[in-house]
Amino acid sequence: MDWTWFHRLASPPHVYRIAGTLTPWFAWPAGLLIVAALYGGLVLAPPDYQQGDGFRIIYVHAPTAWLSVMIYTTMAVAAAIGLIWRMKVAHAAAASCAGIGAWFTAASLVTGMLWGKPMWGTYWVWDPRLTAQLILLFLYLGYMGLRAGIEDTARADRASAVLAIVGVVNVPIIRFSVDWWNSIHQAPSVMKMDRPSMPADMLVPLLLMLLGFTLYFFAVLLVRLRAEILRRERSASWLREALSA
Amino acid sequence: MNRSLPPSSWPVAGRLVLERDLRLAFRRPGQLLQPLAFFAVITLLFPLALTPELERLREVAPGVLWISALLSSLLALDFLFRDDAQDGTLEQFALSGQSLTLLLFAKTVAHWLLTGLPLAVMAPLLGVALGVPLQALPGILAALALGTATLSLVGAIGAGLTLGARRGGVLLSLLTLPLAVPILIFGARATELAIKGAGYAGPMYLLAALAVLGLTLAPLAAAAAVRIGLE
Repeated sequence: MDWTWFHRLASPPHVYRIAGTLTPWFAWPAGLLIVAALYGGLVLAPPDYQQGDGFRIIYVHAPTAWLSVMIYTTMAVAAAIGLIWRMKVAHAAAASCAGIGAWFTAASLVTGMLWGKPMWGTYWVWDPRLTAQLILLFLYLGYMGLRAGIEDTARADRASAVLAIVGVVNVPIIRFSVDWWNSIHQAPSVMKMDRPSMPADMLVPLLLMLLGFTLYFFAVLLVRLRAEILRRERSASWLREALSA
Repeated sequence: MNRSLPPSSWPVAGRLVLERDLRLAFRRPGQLLQPLAFFAVITLLFPLALTPELERLREVAPGVLWISALLSSLLALDFLFRDDAQDGTLEQFALSGQSLTLLLFAKTVAHWLLTGLPLAVMAPLLGVALGVPLQALPGILAALALGTATLSLVGAIGAGLTLGARRGGVLLSLLTLPLAVPILIFGARATELAIKGAGYAGPMYLLAALAVLGLTLAPLAAAAAVRIGLE
């Protein structure tokens, strides 16, 4: 089978151009969805019968937590594509994912802690999800550290790709072990916050927010990918033509 | 290693690498003792920092032993591939026509025999100093032997990845420690149950499952990592 179209599609000039065109198509829906979901979540949704208005931080916390895992998986898939088909753009995409994912993980930790203060009475509880998020943050930091530690870009790409794949195999194992650990040492004061069902006027804004944040991630990814391609191809002739045009 | 072997003789090649690494290590016994001394020193710091009462030390003994063993093992991991990468041995491995996965696996086994196993053997001694009852010692030894083996396998990936990196030692710890979390959780739990005199088979099975997963996948990833480091 002829794969040249595939590689032409993934060539840096093409991706640079396409990413620029696509960015607003992700950014505008993301902005609209987030504004709508904020109105729905902060104004329309009723206060929780137990947590009052405190529960509303879920509209930021849950999407960031979802994205932190989703971005890591995206990063590993991009890294695997880069490793298998030796595609430079896929490596650039994986590199662009890391920073965004680390910030979303940090945001989910901070919002989780802010939520913990009214719910648990303290900012930090060794809750299995918070703990797993913290470990995920270190996985991101290790990935970024390895990238920063290797001078040669091509080598940094390939080495960090192996790490991302090893990491993505380990994430479920780490989650399982942390849950297992927590089931043994569970403190009696820890309150279970997930409930089986959520009324629609609470759930719909949450789903809109999840979608909005996901689109926002892709918009930022495209911007970062363009910046990454600029950095990597700074001496390429197509870039000079594209920028002067 | 100047005998040339046909590719079919992989058991021979693996054994030769294992023998070579063991022989090289035993020519410098001082280096072999360093992780063990490190293990003992860290463990000694805990009674000084916490309390000399054996009753209270016994409660924290699983965590103390496991964290000390993890750190000592990490210290030794930094040297797993570094010397051989610098003098070109790894390049010869990659060019030898033998499976690089197998040769590096043999090196990892040698590394575990030289650091992980001695750490596990020494742990009961330190456990006694932490007030651990004698009947718990076989359990502690078994859990640490299994746990350090998995750690060596996982750590080999990190050691391979950091071959071409600046300040590889710190980076190696940052890469490996989050991946070692499941080993620590199951290992410390098995140790805790052994100290309490309860059955510790459950966490041991989970540790064994991790070891099997490490055995099957980690050598492949380590070989890929080293190959990238050699480019």
